[in-house]
Amino acid sequence: MIARAPLLFVTAAFALLAAYPLVAGEFGVDLVAKIMIYAIFALSLELLAGSTGLVCFGHAALFGIGAYAAVLLSPQNEAAALHWLLPASVLAAAAYALFMGALSLRTKGVYFIMVTLAFAQMAYYVIHDTPLGGGTDGIYLNFKPVLTLGGTTLLNLDLPETFYGFTLATLVLVFCFLALLLRSRFGRALAGIKDNEQRMRATGFSTYPYKLAAFVISGGIAGLAGFLFAVKDGVVNPELLSWHLSGSVLIMIILGGLGHLRGALIGAFAFVLLQELFKSEAIFGNFAKHWHLGLGLTIIACVALLPRGLVGLPQLISQRLSGTRSLRDGDSPDEPA
Amino acid sequence: MDLATFFIQCLNSLQYGLLLFLVASGLTLIFGIMGVINLAHGSFYMIGAYMAYALAPLVASTFGGGFFATLFVGMVLAVLLGYVLEWAFFSFLYEREHLQQVLMTYGLILVFEELRSLIVGDDVYGVQAPPWLAGTIPLGDVMTYPVYRIFISVACLLLAIGMWLVFTRTRLGMMIRAGATNREMVQALGVDIKFLYRVVFAAGVAIAVFAGMVAAPVSSVYPGMGNQVLIICFVVVVIGGIGSIRGALLAALLIGIVDTFGKVVFPQAAGVLVYVLMALILLWKPDGLFRAG
Amino acid sequence: MSPPEVLLRGIELTRRWGGLVAVDRVSLELARGSVHAVIGTNGAGKSTLINLLSGEYPPSSGRVELLGQDVSNWSQPRRAQAGLGRSYQRNTIYANFSVFENCRLAAQARLQRPWAWWESAQRCPASREKAEAVLQRTGLYPMRDRQAGLLSHGQKRQLEIAMCLATDPQVLLLDEPLAGIGPEETDRMLELLAELRPGHAILLVEHDMDAVFRIADRITVMVNGTVIASDTPESIRSNADVQTAYLGEEQP
Repeated sequence: MIARAPLLFVTAAFALLAAYPLVAGEFGVDLVAKIMIYAIFALSLELLAGSTGLVCFGHAALFGIGAYAAVLLSPQNEAAALHWLLPASVLAAAAYALFMGALSLRTKGVYFIMVTLAFAQMAYYVIHDTPLGGGTDGIYLNFKPVLTLGGTTLLNLDLPETFYGFTLATLVLVFCFLALLLRSRFGRALAGIKDNEQRMRATGFSTYPYKLAAFVISGGIAGLAGFLFAVKDGVVNPELLSWHLSGSVLIMIILGGLGHLRGALIGAFAFVLLQELFKSEAIFGNFAKHWHLGLGLTIIACVALLPRGLVGLPQLISQRLSGTRSLRDGDSPDEPA
Repeated sequence: MDLATFFIQCLNSLQYGLLLFLVASGLTLIFGIMGVINLAHGSFYMIGAYMAYALAPLVASTFGGGFFATLFVGMVLAVLLGYVLEWAFFSFLYEREHLQQVLMTYGLILVFEELRSLIVGDDVYGVQAPPWLAGTIPLGDVMTYPVYRIFISVACLLLAIGMWLVFTRTRLGMMIRAGATNREMVQALGVDIKFLYRVVFAAGVAIAVFAGMVAAPVSSVYPGMGNQVLIICFVVVVIGGIGSIRGALLAALLIGIVDTFGKVVFPQAAGVLVYVLMALILLWKPDGLFRAG
Repeated sequence: MSPPEVLLRGIELTRRWGGLVAVDRVSLELARGSVHAVIGTNGAGKSTLINLLSGEYPPSSGRVELLGQDVSNWSQPRRAQAGLGRSYQRNTIYANFSVFENCRLAAQARLQRPWAWWESAQRCPASREKAEAVLQRTGLYPMRDRQAGLLSHGQKRQLEIAMCLATDPQVLLLDEPLAGIGPEETDRMLELLAELRPGHAILLVEHDMDAVFRIADRITVMVNGTVIASDTPESIRSNADVQTAYLGEEQP
């Protein structure tokens, strides 16, 4: 069902990720774990913006709420139970997504983009200004959650390798879930809404519930990514809900390629590695503190020159080499991944 | 709250609202007429404020001028900046999807922030109001109100009236309004639409810069000010209705009131109130208070 | 002969936009086994009428009855589920999908099962069978794997009808299906409509007078939002008001 080349690519990528800790040091494992968390975050937005066509500029709020829920719901003096804390964080994010989506989906187009931004700001200010969020300094997670059965500890997320493995497993599961979801009737309905919502309604689909469901599922997955982020660093701060992060994750999926799940993966990697590049004092010396400049220029160049993102790169190159331009610009139902 | 305090907060609301209106009107114009979402619009406000700080000594030493001379020089530079920016960057955005515009202008924000960081630095600065505007006027027995804040309201109001006159009474304004409703037709009639857009864009930039320069003595000059005002302006535009100047004015004043009184009455929830207002209005009117026009 | 089964009824439908009255107390009936054409000059309110019937927006006053039920306040999807199908004047197809997927997705509206996230939509037998049947019927089967956006205009108009049929509607509202297509394809389309006539109630909004007079069992003529005549084709042809509306007053 899924086209061969992308399937191969994704399988190879996951295999590489699984093998990576064997060769990498502490810094590498930590960095790639962070990238994988962003990849999960990007995948969640890909479902909403890429596959359903709902460009949400406030997705960081859902990520941040998942992160804050992980910390706020953890007991002060001992490790939380993973099998309880994880779903709770996901549900917290999904709940806000339900609220946000129910109201935002009344608007369309540009309004929708701006309204989602504003709802994220709402959450940001609640966290930033009220004692709930611990203010600008953020709050610490004293003990990372563990999974226990009987008396034995099955998963201790305090150990970097365990955390890496857990995050990779989560990434693979989320990817597979979304791949299945997108090829299901629900997923095809979302694609239809993106392509021609009017026709969907004319044939008898009530489009609002579909869009809201996509919003909530997407929000829950973003919350899952936020949960992992909180557990990884053991600290959360309000900037996890900032619109800079919302913008960054949008960039990731555009950079990778809208409308393709693997685009979210590629985009997350490319974006974080680009950031690391521009921040690197080894290459840029003193200028590294102005890394936003390089990032901003890259974003502009990327959107301008690679309209289909990095997934479109092989096709772009082969077109240039053979001197042809393909008319076919759309997706087949076989290639959502 | 006694009457004097209430009156002071009303004046503050008016001042803040009118300032927001100026910045938001540029945003809504550029979107309504050229169909471009410009996330970097807040950066122009920030540039204005930093110009007020950075240009003042230069203008003083070169021309011997004071606040108004700096203002004039700043406006000239702003028009030039807007003109060049439209020619070099924004003219490529007209045909693109909104998402691409959002991202490219987001990248532009980052570029502007770093350029400012490189040129002027990241510190917070203060700007002095001109001496003859720096006094206060008495309100009632005990309270006084800064003259400069009244000046801000008056200046914004005059500029707003000027904009309205240009739109409704001049040929240029007529062409702009026509271009907003039917771009191709206006082109077919021989109007140089590119030049028109450049003018509109430069004007939008200049207005935002003006707002930043004029607000600087009151709000001080700090790195995050552009982003802060941008988000609020988006709320203004969304509430008011995209493309509607009337809507922007009403929404800006509404937000001015909610934000100002909110800070006094509910200081902890002040940041959130504006968004709650937006949510309530959108529940009632998903396209904003006034649709484009 | 048994009385005709009326499937869709518009009763005193009115729609105002601010001060403008786009449709003014229009009534009409669609009976099973008949083609009811609505013709009129530009701006006569035909599109607004069809939008009122299909549910794009509610009427300012008046009622719409579908299969005996008052559906005036029903949303468009709900009416579609109840057996109302609609084609649009402008091609409203899924340009990025294959022709087959266009029809399959339309058919999916009948059996949505959104919760079955593990099941592949492409393997859904119900929607696949329906899509194949509808493509065969409209003659688009050979093109089923082509991208819909790349079809010729005439083929797109056919696809528009095919998607309409994919949900097994009882009432068909067709908005200018012949717009911009050549004579051969017009013949094919009219043949299809004639085939569909026995089982369905069809409303046809059209400008092509020859086609209308060939296929319609009843013609309603609209001018400036009101109905000036509604009768059999022969009567309409000789109706003085209709002639005036189209050709102007006869000069003495």
